[in-house]
Amino acid sequence: MPSLGADMEAGTLVEWRIRPGDGVKRGDIVALVETEKGVIEVEIFASGIVDSILASPGEKVPVGTVLATIRVEGEPAEAAAPSEKKPPEVPKPAAPAPEAPAWIAPIREARTARPLASPVARRRAEESGLDLSSVTGTGEGGIITLADVEGAPSRIEEKAKRSLATADQLTAMRRAIAAAMTRSKREIPHYYLATPIGMSRAVAWLREVNLGRPVTNRLLYSVLILRAVALALRDFPEMNGFWLDGAFKPGSGIHVGIAISLRQGGLVAPAIHDVDKKDLEELMRSILDLVNRARTGMLRSSELSDATITVSNLGEQGVETIFGIIYPPQVALVAFGALTEQPWAENGMVGARSVIMAGLSADHRASDGHRGGRFLSAIDRLLQEPEKL
Amino acid sequence: MRTREELREVVLRVLGRIAPEADLKALGPAESLREELDIDSVDFLNFMIGLNAELGVEIPEADARKLSSLEDCISYLLSNAESR
Repeated sequence: MPSLGADMEAGTLVEWRIRPGDGVKRGDIVALVETEKGVIEVEIFASGIVDSILASPGEKVPVGTVLATIRVEGEPAEAAAPSEKKPPEVPKPAAPAPEAPAWIAPIREARTARPLASPVARRRAEESGLDLSSVTGTGEGGIITLADVEGAPSRIEEKAKRSLATADQLTAMRRAIAAAMTRSKREIPHYYLATPIGMSRAVAWLREVNLGRPVTNRLLYSVLILRAVALALRDFPEMNGFWLDGAFKPGSGIHVGIAISLRQGGLVAPAIHDVDKKDLEELMRSILDLVNRARTGMLRSSELSDATITVSNLGEQGVETIFGIIYPPQVALVAFGALTEQPWAENGMVGARSVIMAGLSADHRASDGHRGGRFLSAIDRLLQEPEKL
Repeated sequence: MRTREELREVVLRVLGRIAPEADLKALGPAESLREELDIDSVDFLNFMIGLNAELGVEIPEADARKLSSLEDCISYLLSNAESR
């Protein structure tokens, strides 16, 4: 059972997506687990063959418990690794697994007879986690069409909705937030800095770029902010990582947690991986997808456990300055206020400019205010040249 | 050509995918979608992308403000959705 956040103690197994003998590769979704953050898709961390399944649906399982064992190529069966406290090390393969071995595809194909469906219907069904065998096709010869898929209620969506709607779930999420924030304020010596960032260039650039773009390709200013933070982090590695066991451990990549408020209450901050390596279009697609999945209740395990810093854009509700509370064991959080029009002096002249307030909350054990200030300046500088982001 | 009622259904279906917890039956025709459903700019872009996928309608950025309520959406789609 993976830890999907600093204060998760246990999760309830909802269903398995694998069976003993199945081939899996790193990143495959193998199970659904219900946590205080809703139903989460659990990804496997290594490639191999499923050896045994040790937990059953409905069971509440403590973090760190072995749920299933997998065998990597060349390893004999029954080589179940011992259970450990640290979740990422649960049944760890002895050697790095080969990436996507060729035998994976046939095994997966053989498992179910594919119902007849148009390619676009199949893709949509995959995206929404819908089991095609539960859909009645109305197309020629009973083929499943896009309309059939869209008309069918997704099993997972329904499950997620149901679970999110319960008061228990909300209470559990409230408790998890309370625990994480209390721990943060108890353990992390926060320091706070804020600086107004001129956004006129970024806004003008976006307007121009969006003019010629179809709606599916349009950019929001939040994508520029996210990218600027990620690029600035390359020069400020002490803001990107974790404070663990009395020392700073840098993140393995720049995985930015996006604080997303949930309308029914609470919030989640799932990560977008390697933000510094993605272009604006790819990032925008990631944001659209992540926000939608967060609010409709289906996130993936790696998104909940991998964030190395958090960015909040609460400002959309109108507040100008935000100082967030760091999500432990991370060491920094950058929060952006509302995009407002303000009088702005430049070169001895005052004019009206679009301005956004960037607020940094950082862990004084990992960095000092001087570096924090330079980090915010770096974000500012990057946002003045939006075309280079 | 789709009727007002059909367009209304499409709009509500797309909204339902973005805000599944919302009580769309209680949404008044002239009420602000952003205010009533508490949707932000990311949700709203997802909404326009959803309308585009369902109806093939291309909504220029400058027109986004014309989609502020359910009634506004239906009127906008009536005059733009199938006149491409």
